[in-house]
Amino acid sequence: MSAAIGPDVTSASRAVNPRGASRGRGAPANRRGPRESILSRTGAMLVMAVFTLYFLVPIWWLLVASTKDRGQLFSTNPLWFADFQLFENIGALFAYRDGVYLRWILNSLLYAGLGAVVATVLASMCGYALAKYVFPGRETIFNVVLGGVLVPATALALPLFLMFSRVQLTDTFWAVFLPSVVSPFGVYLARVFAEASVPDELLEASRLDGAGEVRTFFTVSIRLMFPALITVFLFQFVTIWNNFFLPLIMLRSEELFPVTFGLYAWNSTINQFPELRTFVLVGSLLSIIPLIITFLLLQRYWRTGLGAGSLK
Amino acid sequence: MTAPGTTETARDVARGASTASSPPRRRRVQHPWAIVAFVAPFAVLFILFYLIPIGVAVWQSLLVVERDGTFGEAREVFGGFQQYALVFQNEAFWGSVLRMLLFGVVQVPVMLGLALLFALLLDSPLVRGKKFFRLAFFAPYAVPGVIAAIMWGFLYSPNLSPFEAITSRVDLLSADFVLWAIANVVTWVFVGYNMLIIYSTLLAIPQEIYEAARIDGAGQARIAWSIKVPLVRPALVLTAVLSIIGTLQLLAEPQTFRSFSSAVTSTYTPNMTIYATSSIPNVSLAAAFSVVLALATFVLSFAFLRFTRRKGADA
Repeated sequence: MSAAIGPDVTSASRAVNPRGASRGRGAPANRRGPRESILSRTGAMLVMAVFTLYFLVPIWWLLVASTKDRGQLFSTNPLWFADFQLFENIGALFAYRDGVYLRWILNSLLYAGLGAVVATVLASMCGYALAKYVFPGRETIFNVVLGGVLVPATALALPLFLMFSRVQLTDTFWAVFLPSVVSPFGVYLARVFAEASVPDELLEASRLDGAGEVRTFFTVSIRLMFPALITVFLFQFVTIWNNFFLPLIMLRSEELFPVTFGLYAWNSTINQFPELRTFVLVGSLLSIIPLIITFLLLQRYWRTGLGAGSLK
Repeated sequence: MTAPGTTETARDVARGASTASSPPRRRRVQHPWAIVAFVAPFAVLFILFYLIPIGVAVWQSLLVVERDGTFGEAREVFGGFQQYALVFQNEAFWGSVLRMLLFGVVQVPVMLGLALLFALLLDSPLVRGKKFFRLAFFAPYAVPGVIAAIMWGFLYSPNLSPFEAITSRVDLLSADFVLWAIANVVTWVFVGYNMLIIYSTLLAIPQEIYEAARIDGAGQARIAWSIKVPLVRPALVLTAVLSIIGTLQLLAEPQTFRSFSSAVTSTYTPNMTIYATSSIPNVSLAAAFSVVLALATFVLSFAFLRFTRRKGADA
């Protein structure tokens, strides 16, 4: 079933813009007919506008707050700029405690970036094999992995801590990194997409040309699955980036923290160290900018994956 | 596909052999080594970091700590279901479960209702500037739970908030309101995500389906309610199950709120109870909490799936 639906999703999202146009061309009278009254159009736009404020004002406030010094934070209009201190604040943040903040950013990029790359490769190989080869136990493996999607990540954190402490690996990079490279949902997505986007004929052709299976995967199939792989990467990236329980339970040394956890740690001592308030705000702003940009650039792939996940 | 000569011949031979022997035994697995190479790396890690931890949690939950005298050396011995008996007597834990159920019963429908509304509006011809709205509504999803909680915590705090008119009258961080203040943070982050899932399902529906309804004179609202909503049911079920799982797992947001509100205790959510218990440390009891919570999540998700499926079959 998923194989039949996959291509629809891809083509639909690829054709978002053309689709609107062709709709208009096909049935102009129906589309912009009098039935859509000015009233309902205004109402719809009003709803969208109000909620745009709801979604964006907090981010705007964070941006404005990050440009103020500590005194102005309390004394000036929270939604508008006072003296523009953003760069001084950033400088102070980077200098604070020998640049521990930069260290956290780097950690996050390693945990989430590298972790998601490894997770994507592993999941796509497994999902591809489940889609393209017939072997005993195939459905069993798939069902067990699907069950893994339902296992709450937080339920795994504590036993993982017990296991890692048995081998003395708690409070190390590996304690957070290793569990992050397993993505059951990625296997599921990769299987759906491999079924939809890698034709068997092409594999046969590649075999006739004398390429081995593994080589075919890395030179031919992986290219066809590329949009799906970006989706898997993004899902896993966000999952790792947002992971809270694992660092909370595994890490004690500040220099291993991912940035969200570091900011959490600062925020929980704000009452003793008021100077941290500015750093928490500026640090939060800086930490979400790369994510927002990534989302904007790759959102086409996101929707493709989201659709595939829901159309079972 | 230019492979070096040697491997090519080797493969030719191998292929010749396999084609020669395959006709008599039809069920022979082709390319067994490739399958192992593709599946094994994931499978090994999945077993290490998913299956074994589940086993460890179950095993640990069956242990109890025994001491020789008051200050004697502690030993872990098999204690059967003793920890589970303690779990069921633990009022803080069940209080936190009930709190999350209350949270979920209110927050999940509100969030999914909004997500459905936005998706339908985006899919209707009523809204212009779809691309902008899609991005604006999705942007909060890029904000990690901890950061979102920090931001909203400041926004709720009376002396910092831009919404002083509200925060000076209602203490959003008091015991009465803080649960809903957290619900708002979760909603703010996830509405756009759920909206996109529903919206991409709507995009995949062929336009012809709506034509008959339009000819019959149905307006946008009617088309949305009678045609689109039933067609996005699978997406709604998926988002609902994911949200139920998410609700019971709540940790980052309430944990962050502890620095803004004294009303958030260390056992405010089930996961916070697990963390607090494990750092006492009482890992066996914490493991038992984890097992119970994971089971509860499963049961709730499956119950929801069954319930919606049956309703779908009746309709």
